[in-house]
This record gives sequence, C-alpha cells and structure tokens, in this order.
Amino acid sequence: MSMLAGQWNYFLVIALMMIGFYTVIARGNMVKKMVGLTIFQTSVFMLYISMGKIANGTAPILTDAAQKAYANPLPHVLILTAIVVGVATTAVGYALIISVYESYGTIEDDELIKIIEAEEDEGADA
Amino acid sequence: MQDDPVIRVVAKVMIPTVMLFALYVQFHGDYGPGGGFQAGVIFAAAFVLNAMIFGLNRGRHVWPANLNLLAVCAGVLLYGLTGVASMLLGENYLDYDVLGATPQAGQHIGILLVEFGVGLTVASVMVALFFTFAGRMTHNRLLDRMEAQDKDAKRGAVKEVPKKRSRT
Amino acid sequence: MMQHLPILQIIVPLLGAPLAALLRGRDLAWGLALLLTGVAFLISVVLFGQQKIAGEALIYELGGWPAPIGIVYVIDAASALVLPVVSGIAFVATIAARRLVEAEIDARDHALFYAAWLLTIAGMLGQVTTGDAFNIFVFLEISSLSAYALVAMGAGRDRRALPAAFNYLILGTVGATFYVIGVGLLYMLTGTLNLMDLSERLADVESTRAVFTALAFIALGLFLKMALFPLHFWLVPAYAHAPSAVSALMAATATKVSVYVLIRLIFGVFGIEFPGLADAVGLLVLTLGIAGAFVGTLAAILETDLKKLFAQSSIAQLGYMAIGIGAMSATGLAAAFIHLFNHALMKGALFLAIGAIAAQAGRASMHTIEGAGRQIPITMTAILVGGLALIGVPLTAGFISKLYLIRALLEQDFWMLAGLTFISSALALAYVWKIIEAAWLKERPEGAPVLTESPVQYVPAWLMVVATIGFGIFSAPLVEAACAAANVFIGGAR
Repeated sequence: MSMLAGQWNYFLVIALMMIGFYTVIARGNMVKKMVGLTIFQTSVFMLYISMGKIANGTAPILTDAAQKAYANPLPHVLILTAIVVGVATTAVGYALIISVYESYGTIEDDELIKIIEAEEDEGADA
Repeated sequence: MQDDPVIRVVAKVMIPTVMLFALYVQFHGDYGPGGGFQAGVIFAAAFVLNAMIFGLNRGRHVWPANLNLLAVCAGVLLYGLTGVASMLLGENYLDYDVLGATPQAGQHIGILLVEFGVGLTVASVMVALFFTFAGRMTHNRLLDRMEAQDKDAKRGAVKEVPKKRSRT
Repeated sequence: MMQHLPILQIIVPLLGAPLAALLRGRDLAWGLALLLTGVAFLISVVLFGQQKIAGEALIYELGGWPAPIGIVYVIDAASALVLPVVSGIAFVATIAARRLVEAEIDARDHALFYAAWLLTIAGMLGQVTTGDAFNIFVFLEISSLSAYALVAMGAGRDRRALPAAFNYLILGTVGATFYVIGVGLLYMLTGTLNLMDLSERLADVESTRAVFTALAFIALGLFLKMALFPLHFWLVPAYAHAPSAVSALMAATATKVSVYVLIRLIFGVFGIEFPGLADAVGLLVLTLGIAGAFVGTLAAILETDLKKLFAQSSIAQLGYMAIGIGAMSATGLAAAFIHLFNHALMKGALFLAIGAIAAQAGRASMHTIEGAGRQIPITMTAILVGGLALIGVPLTAGFISKLYLIRALLEQDFWMLAGLTFISSALALAYVWKIIEAAWLKERPEGAPVLTESPVQYVPAWLMVVATIGFGIFSAPLVEAACAAANVFIGGAR
C-alpha cells in the first residue's frame, strides 16, 4: 500500500502511456491514432515533471523570501521542448490526415488498404 | 457568429486583452512562468478568435499571408543570428555574456532576443496552421465533391464518399 | 573561426532553411541549398582532419557553459567519420535534386521543399555532433518532422505517399517518444544528461531495475528509428513513394544516423561491460539483424518496383549493421562503421540513378527498364555496379564491409551466423540478376517512353559509384578511420 501511496504518479504515467499506445496500435481511424499518440506523449510529460518535484519544494522562481527547497526546473525546460515537438508532430499529422481525406475520401485504415491494393492490381504496378 | 451582439462585444473587448496578456507572458519569462512558446500561442489565440467570430476574410486581412511566412522565418533567423552575434563578438555560439556591458545585462538581453524570436515564430506558425486548415475546408470542399463525383463516374463503382462526410 | 566549426556544421544548414523558404526565384532556393550543403561538406571534411591531427575529442561548449551544466558538441573519431558521410551524401543529392524536383514537385512548393531539405540535413548533422542525450532527441525530431513533410510531397506524383508519410509519422514519433522515456529514466537515476557524464555516473546505479528499463526503452526507440526487423514496416512505403531526391537522401542517411546514435548510446553511455548488455542485447540484436538480412533480401527478390526493391534491400543492409553491433566486439563495431559508410555510398548511387529513370518514365520498375541497357547505358551501369557492391563483389566497397563483418563473427566463433551472412549476401545476386536481365537481355517494348540520359542526371550517381569502387580498392584509409571510431567505444580494433 505504501508503494501505491508513494509512487502514484508512476502508476498514472503508465496508465496513460498504455492507453495512448493501445489506441495507436489498435484503432484503424487515423484521427484516433493521432489522439492516442497525443495521450502517449502527454504521459511522458507527466513522467518528467512529476519526477522533478521534491517534497516541500516550491516553484523554481527566485523571489526575495528565502526558500529551503525548489522543485527541479530542468525537467520543466525539457518538457517545454517536448511539448513544442508534440504540437509540431500533431500539426503535421493532422495536415496529412486532411490530405489523405481529400485524396482518398476516407481515413479508415482498412478502407485505405483496399483502395490502394485495388489500384495496384489494376496495373499501376507494371 | 458576428450577428450575435453578446459574442461580438465580448470578443472586441477580449481580443486586445488577450494580446496584451501574451506580451506580458512573453517578457515576464525572465521573472516568472512564461516565455516565448506560451506567449506565442496566446498571441495567436487572439487572432484565431478574431477569425472565428468575424470570418476568415477579415481574419486574413489582419494577418496577411505573405507577412506570415516572413514572420516565421524572421523569428528563426532572430534566434540564430543572436548566436552568430555572440560568435562574432568572440565567444561561443549563444554565449549571452558578451551581448551587454556586464554578464548579467548580457544574459537578460540574450534571453529577451531569443525568446522574442521564438514567440514570433510560434505565433505566426499557429496562425498559419489555423488559416491553412480552416481555409482549406471552405475553399476546397466544392472542388473535392466535384472531383470525387468525377472519379466515381470514371470508375463506375459506387463509392461512399458523400456518406463518409456526414459520419466524420 | 576554426574553433567554431562544430557549431557551424549545424547552423549553416539550419539557418539556411528559413532563408530558403523566403526565396521566390526559380532556382534560387536550390542554389542556396547547394551552396550551404557544399559548405557543410567542406566543414565536415575539415573537422575530420582537425580531429585526426588532434588525436582526441574536440569539445565545443554551447553558450560558454562547461560540460555537465551545459550542452556540449563532441567531435571524436566516431562522429568525425559519420559527419562527412551525411554531409557528402547531402551535397551530392542536392546536386541531383534540381532535375528530380523540377520533374516531380509543383513549382510553387520548391522553396518550402528546399527549406525542409535543409532542416532534415541540419537535424541529422546535429544528432551526430551533439554530446547531450536530450539534444539528440531534439535534433532527431527536427530531422524526422522535416522528413515526414518531404515524403508527403511525393503526393503530387503518387498519392500513396500520403498514407506512407502518415505511417512513418506515427511509428517515428512512437520511436522518438520511447527514446525520450528512456532518457528521462536515465536522468532520474543519475541527474545528468551529458553523455560522458552519464557513462561515468551509471557505474553507481548499474544493477537497479530502472537502468535496465531505460536501456530497453532507448534501444527500442532507436530500433524503430533504424528500421531493424521487425520494426521496419514504415521504411518501404515511405522510401518508395517519396520524391526521388528525398528517397536518395533518406535511404542513404536517415537510418545510418540512427545506427550511429544507437552505437553512441549503447557503447558510449552504457558501455560493453554493463551487466547483461553483452549477452542479452547482443544476442537480441544479432538475431534481429540476421533475420532482417534474410527478410529484406527475400522480399527484394519478389519486388518489381525498383524503389521498393532497393528499400527492402536497405532493410537487409541495416540487418548487417545490426549484426556488426550485436557481435559486441571491436571488430564488429568497426565492421558496422565500415558498412555504414559504404552502404550510404551504394544506396545513394542506386537511388539517384533510379530517380533519374523515374523522373522521366513516371516510375522505375522491371517493366520500365526493359531494354534500357541500350538506351541509357551509363545510368544502368551505375545501377549494375551499385548492385554488385550490395552483393559484396570484390573490388567494391561492399566487399570490404562483408569481409570485416564475417571476420568479426568468426572471431567470436559464430560460425553459423557467418555462414548465414554469406548466404544472404549471395542471395542478393538474385535481384541484381533480375535487373540485369530486364535491362540488357530484353528488348525495349514498342511504345515505351524513350529514355535519355544527360550528364546532369548521371554524374551525381557516378560520383558515388566511383567512390564505392575507390573505397573498395583503396580501403585502408576507411578501415583505419572505422577502427579509430570503434576504438572510441571499445579498445583494440585493427
């Protein structure tokens, strides 16, 4: 029980990670894959930030009042970078989804495969 | 949406406030939570709100397309050239100490410049993303449908394109 | 200026990208890209020389902050070897890109194409140079995101590029995220992100379960990025449907850089003495490597589209590099570096030649090259020599790589694996023969498009073919450099 109390953040991280990863693998709709990817990346952010917190640590901002302990600011910086990367990935992903939809008319994996295979059988692949 | 008086008035009050808040977040990154990326996104949110409520044309008028690309590149170049300036002044790349009279002043100036570059790029990219996605759907939807119908006629098979659209 | 070369290596293409995006002239963006990749290649060669003379690692502190506090860029024998490979291929591919891009991509997108092109090159150069674990992730994502966009630009010609780019995005991002999880765990355990500092501090936490988890996550993420069997499914569609210039650049560099990062992390940070590394990871990588070699070669034999064929062959070649890593010895590592170098040259030559054909005929397949041996002899000979180098025929660079690989395996008494490696190399003869047969032993069918070749098209490919043969005959400098690179991680390579 003490393991649960002291390390609940890691359980949360793993739960989110697996929800996201499962969605990426198991769902055929491209938008759902992107959503799963976003959840997966969010779990990583949680991992970094929760590990940076020290017991009784406050926000790592210098003020006039002396503090005893600050939370580690380096993971915050790393996660800002990772969030930006995540935003860029999401943007590129959705742009691709829109292009696929405009081109093929569907965003479901199985239907896409059917269309592509039909095209290849028609003789595009001489 | 611009016919609704409540939305219109609230938007007209909020949009400048949001932009001001974005500038606050940008320049207070030195002293508190904030910085380039957050400020850029908030700044872009103001323009997106404007475009959402008053229409894409008016939104595009406030933030023209060619200005967009220029702003994106200018932000990146500002960041990079700050580092080059450090190199030209004799120290390593992105060493802010030499940018001011004292190392502290130099660090302040350096961070201000690079964060401003980041904020400029991020705001422009966010606005560009919005206009690319939103503009596409309205302009190309008709062309889409015509093209899909042509393709169906050529192929002779019945494809479910119109029905798909309502489901997603 | 000379002491700033490590950072100039990266910022020259990186800052060139926004400049290229703004240029609206007809070939201005291409001209800028050519200039900047040429400068980058020059810098990498100078750095190689500098590092060789210095004999030890050159360290560049970014922002003036010293090592464990700040990010440092490290040029040691390993990065000094890989940098000219990446920048050289980038330069030659940019020379060839003008014609290929004109033929395949809409003129309004050229400026943005070259911007993404420069960004992906900058990202790859950054991954090789940096000495900070999280910085590797940042450059990895810079290079990957630009690559996804570049692959998607093939949609003008072949709309299958779009779902291929999307799959590449999903799998690539999953791989990068696994890598970041591993780095996070390492940071939690040691408190530092600097690669050299990490390797020192890992000795204290060697036997904790978290370190093994970190190793597993990092290795898995990098296996995805380097398309090691069975995580290779994104590679073939992405390289097959991308624009020809992009296929040439990516096939020759992107996965090699991931191999380099894997070597850097596994041998540089964890180290060969790390408990469990040599046995578990070595065995795993060996198995996956040989499996990939067979799967890639067999799949290539069954392919008719030339781009897909050589993409499958890339998977096999990456399998060989994995075998070199999995051998867990200095010779194996040297073999991996030699093959990294040679495969970049061979695949670059092949994809550029195929690109020249695809740009004219619409697609390059067994059907389109029927009888092409007489119409475009110079280009087809380039493909022939490239294919022979893939098999490992003596006098080509491929022979040197296979020789060292088999030697590394025999040193460890892996007789069966050495035999299997030899057999899979020989199997490559099957698909090379198919190409020879189609090109020279068949007649050009009536009504097929007439193929022409011009120096602008075949010179870049032939540059790399000449390099392949050159390094096959005069292999001593390459072997020496590869052994020096391997010695950075494990001592005693010869």
